[in-house]
Amino acid sequence: MSVFSVRDVSLRFGGVLAIGDVSFDVEQGEVFAIIGPNGAGKTSMLNVITRVFDPTTGSVTFEGQDITRMARHQVVHHGIARTFQNIELFEGGTVLDNLLLGRHRFAHGSFAAQWLWTPAVRRAEAQSRAQVEEVITLLDLMPHRNSPVAGLPYGVRKVVELARALATQPRLLLLDEPASGLNPEETRDLAFWIDDIQKDLGITVIMVEHDMSLVSEAADRVLCMNMGEVLALGTPQAVQNDPAVVAAYLGA
Amino acid sequence: MRFPYDTSYRDGQALLRYTPGRIAYGLLLLALLAAPWVLPKYYVGELTYLLIMCVASLGLMVLVGYTGQVSLGHSAFIAIGAYAHAWFLSQGVPLFASMGLAACVAGLVGLIIGLPAIRVSGLYLAMVTLAFAILSEHIIGRWSSVTGGYNGFNVDNPMLLGWDLSKLQPFYYLCLTVLIVVMLGLVNLLRAKTGRAFLGVRDSEAAAYSLGIWVAGYKVLAFVISAMVTGLGGALLAHHVRFLTPEGFGLILSLELVLMVTIGGLGSLRGAILGAMLISLLPTFISRIKPLLPDQIAKQFGLETFVFGLVLALFVLFEPKGLNGRWIKFKTFLQTFPLYRKDMFKRGKTYMKSERYK
Repeated sequence: MSVFSVRDVSLRFGGVLAIGDVSFDVEQGEVFAIIGPNGAGKTSMLNVITRVFDPTTGSVTFEGQDITRMARHQVVHHGIARTFQNIELFEGGTVLDNLLLGRHRFAHGSFAAQWLWTPAVRRAEAQSRAQVEEVITLLDLMPHRNSPVAGLPYGVRKVVELARALATQPRLLLLDEPASGLNPEETRDLAFWIDDIQKDLGITVIMVEHDMSLVSEAADRVLCMNMGEVLALGTPQAVQNDPAVVAAYLGA
Repeated sequence: MRFPYDTSYRDGQALLRYTPGRIAYGLLLLALLAAPWVLPKYYVGELTYLLIMCVASLGLMVLVGYTGQVSLGHSAFIAIGAYAHAWFLSQGVPLFASMGLAACVAGLVGLIIGLPAIRVSGLYLAMVTLAFAILSEHIIGRWSSVTGGYNGFNVDNPMLLGWDLSKLQPFYYLCLTVLIVVMLGLVNLLRAKTGRAFLGVRDSEAAAYSLGIWVAGYKVLAFVISAMVTGLGGALLAHHVRFLTPEGFGLILSLELVLMVTIGGLGSLRGAILGAMLISLLPTFISRIKPLLPDQIAKQFGLETFVFGLVLALFVLFEPKGLNGRWIKFKTFLQTFPLYRKDMFKRGKTYMKSERYK
């Protein structure tokens, strides 16, 4: 039994078919990449999984639990975290504020306790801070800890978003184009981090990505989508050499 | 120049981490405590009004500054707080219980007004709250069996254990206490989980959802807290004006509150206080300098409104971060002297859309 599976999911906006009967399974501890040309339905797939959209048909299960109709803010409580294609950071806060927000799903004292800033709240806050510091160390964000995110360079903002997702202590991490806008060096760092996340933290990763160097380096299996449908599924090598995939990209 | 050097996470949590800050706030508190004994009576009254406006402005700041929901209807929450408090007092409820109940009534109305806020935002929410302010003014005017209608409502003196607090000095201390309690409560709340969630709801709803923040719930919660605090300000205002009429809580009061938080600097409690200081003392200031102005200007109708508008326009143009932003710049100038650069606070260009690197 796979830890995560998508069964016959389709998503329709009026007459537009964004996803048509897509099924796939992801194994525990795997890095699973979704590739495909623009408009293939990759981000829509992530949005279905994180409940931004209601799928027209089909179901999504994680750890044996059906998450297809769960409330949108409940998803993270089941250990699923995500990043966004166009960085969605909390611009008014510092890096630390953003990462602590990643800890929102954990208890930080009741409302009245927060109002009074009781010792229990202080302890919970300090504990969250300790957890966040571990993520900061993992992703080398130490120099930026107290900087407002609004002024950070693009590459660092991407990393902060990844760090925020990790701060939720997920068991499944969804990355939406983690390498877009990064230079080759930052992309290489990212490949190492994904490796760490998978091997050391034991987190299953699903990523939507265009950068094939990152995909072939980091991913165990690749799903190629086009026009909302599955073209190929297999190892990075096999998918890259699949004639249907080549045709989809080159328009042959 | 000072570099933060924390040796425990508790250090990072401290509100007043450094001695100069502690001394400054200690002196401020002493000055506030001594004020009614030192200042002339007229100014004590003005200062009391200022403290009350600070409470109301803090309430609005939670909503506008921290969750980014604009409300033009906060005069209605002041009115509801004031009338509810006056009514409970007339029914023989003790002072603090009555203030608490008045805040709860305002909070309940805030809950009802906050529910549409789940669906509408920005300009449309401003419209909804504006309509609410106009409506509530009329309802208060017509519901004469409870509110006294346009004939007004006489507010009982604030009595605490048989002790009359309506005199200038005791009432000043009552307002100061309420302000400090509200301020500390909000400071705590906003540095805890709830405050961070407000920030999340304001800056990115998509990300807020993905982190488990119940966006709709927090939006309404912000409305309720904001209405309660503003209602509490209204309860104090009832004693300050002593006689309530619906016209006393018109739209101009709402606009003044919005001016306070905008000019003060959105997203900071200090800003709410600074804004309240500027806006509530501006009329006094204008009336003071009127004799010095040439007749054509001094006798001009609507001079105050003009100055309010001018001040707002100047702030929006030249200091969008408001008085609080100005204060932070000034502080940095002193701390980094002589290394301060003009562009220190210039925001770096941020890229909203990703440009793919090939």
